[in-house]
Amino acid sequence: MSALAHLVAATAPARHAVLGPGAHLPHGAPPPVLGANLVSDLHELFAYHFMVTALAAGTVVAVLAAAVGWVMVLRRQSFAGHTLAVVGFPGAAGATLVGLPIAVGYFGACVAAALVIAAVPRGRAGSSRGAESAVTGAVQAFALAAGVLFVNLYNGFLNGVDALLFGSFLGITDSQVWALTAVAVGALALLVLLGRPLLFASVDPDVARARGVPVRALSLAFVVLLGVAVAAASEITGSLLVFALLVMPAAAAQQVTARPGLGLVLSVALGLLVTWSGLAVAYFSIYPSGFYLTSFGFAVYLVAAGVRGVSEARSRRVAALGRGA
Amino acid sequence: MLVMRGAAAAAGGRTLWSGVDLEVGAGEFVAVLGPNGAGKSTLVKVALGLLPLTAGSVELLGRPAGSSSRRVGYLPQRRSFDPGLAVRGRDVVRLGLDGHRWGVPFPLLLAGRRREREARTRVGEVVDLVGASAYADRPIGSLSGGEQQRLLIAQALVERPEILFLDEPLDSLDLPNQAAVASLIGGICRDSGVAVVMVAHDVNPILGQLDRVVYIAGGRVAAGSPHEVITSETLSALFSTPIEVVTTSDGRLVVVGEPEAPEVHGGRHGHEHR
Repeated sequence: MSALAHLVAATAPARHAVLGPGAHLPHGAPPPVLGANLVSDLHELFAYHFMVTALAAGTVVAVLAAAVGWVMVLRRQSFAGHTLAVVGFPGAAGATLVGLPIAVGYFGACVAAALVIAAVPRGRAGSSRGAESAVTGAVQAFALAAGVLFVNLYNGFLNGVDALLFGSFLGITDSQVWALTAVAVGALALLVLLGRPLLFASVDPDVARARGVPVRALSLAFVVLLGVAVAAASEITGSLLVFALLVMPAAAAQQVTARPGLGLVLSVALGLLVTWSGLAVAYFSIYPSGFYLTSFGFAVYLVAAGVRGVSEARSRRVAALGRGA
Repeated sequence: MLVMRGAAAAAGGRTLWSGVDLEVGAGEFVAVLGPNGAGKSTLVKVALGLLPLTAGSVELLGRPAGSSSRRVGYLPQRRSFDPGLAVRGRDVVRLGLDGHRWGVPFPLLLAGRRREREARTRVGEVVDLVGASAYADRPIGSLSGGEQQRLLIAQALVERPEILFLDEPLDSLDLPNQAAVASLIGGICRDSGVAVVMVAHDVNPILGQLDRVVYIAGGRVAAGSPHEVITSETLSALFSTPIEVVTTSDGRLVVVGEPEAPEVHGGRHGHEHR
């Protein structure tokens, strides 16, 4: 027991790398309690620098993930998104092992995996789906196994696996926020530039091709963009919960509206709502932030599905009345 | 509009058809007929420059095919949209107008606002023209086959093409919808002076509107007015086997004894005929 305590103390300067829930509490300080006074609670939230950087990083990541995620959900590429996320885990664990920043591991692994996915020629729709998903499943399992091995080889922190898989908003540095911002601005600029042709190629590839839209090149570019968004989201949500920011806001937005512009804006707004509320509640809680981010995302999705169900029932009733009149 | 001279095309190493001479003039309604696998869709793709010719030449709007032009509308063979696709029919039509342009519409600037207004007006016009206004704001995945087909025709028309290529637009529609979409296409051809080249499996829904038919069979092509081409003599010569064309009491043409072409993809089926 004392040996373990010694080990933790010896590696304390590296705590920012992988931290578990509750680790932000100064020694002896009482844990923060969410009180009735919202103003003072908010004040307390912004009093700690680590919380401000966490919210800043969360904001940047939420915008990027919600925008790229909206296109991903439209293109039915969630499976590719999940694969990229799982491959990010050994990337991050491996980076820690060799002493590189975790972000380098996430981005390196996710973008490399995106390039591999993009390079593998896709067969005609339907014909090779089964084989493709079997290969991807095998790669996912191996990636998780390799990640666990790397964490164990590093053997510094037992809760490091937790943070890498399920997220941690602690220990995000200022330089990380700036790096995330730069990446997000670049990725969003590319997404805007691809804009309409990407939508055309996603919705209606045959006609898009006939109109001279480079459908294949766009699909390659988008998978790489997806890799970047997944890597950025992983830094907040961990590898396994990226869908909290990548899928849930986008899927909720597509439940509610079929207008592309409005859908994108709504997806980003919902992503920000989920991120801010998730991080704020996690600060006052002893439970991990990944749980709150994902639960709030799921709640948003359920509400959106409910709204859609109600409005469809109403329009059916109106149509029935119209026929009856 | 479209001129083909001594054209030939191949698929999977097998010549589909050769020696095709064809001219389509402005405002003409031409049907491309023939058995499955005869190369009807290939003829359209060659005309659009999406597939190469193995011999001869093809000119579209006075230019070699493939120098893709906005004045050409194309509706590929039946695509159905994923039932969950959350994009409005109106947006799919709009993509036909500016979906190939990089970037996103930017209505904050004055010029962008004007262009946006013009685009919306034009999309509204074609949506009205095909009679889809009632459901153009619903997600396209939730619409019926006939409704989707009308919106796709609107998409092909939105850039005011001079010639429209339609690949089996009536396929998988029920009979009332077939008749309605056929008369819609005929009306567009007559009223807007757009030349229409339409691949069809069954000539009857469009028989009344057609100027000419192109019949592909046995690697050869016969072209002319419907009542010249769809006769026992012409088709028997084309297929090199006795074919009988029967006219029913309501004016429909029925082709009896039409053999299907061998499977184009070959290989797996060997010499077996479908």
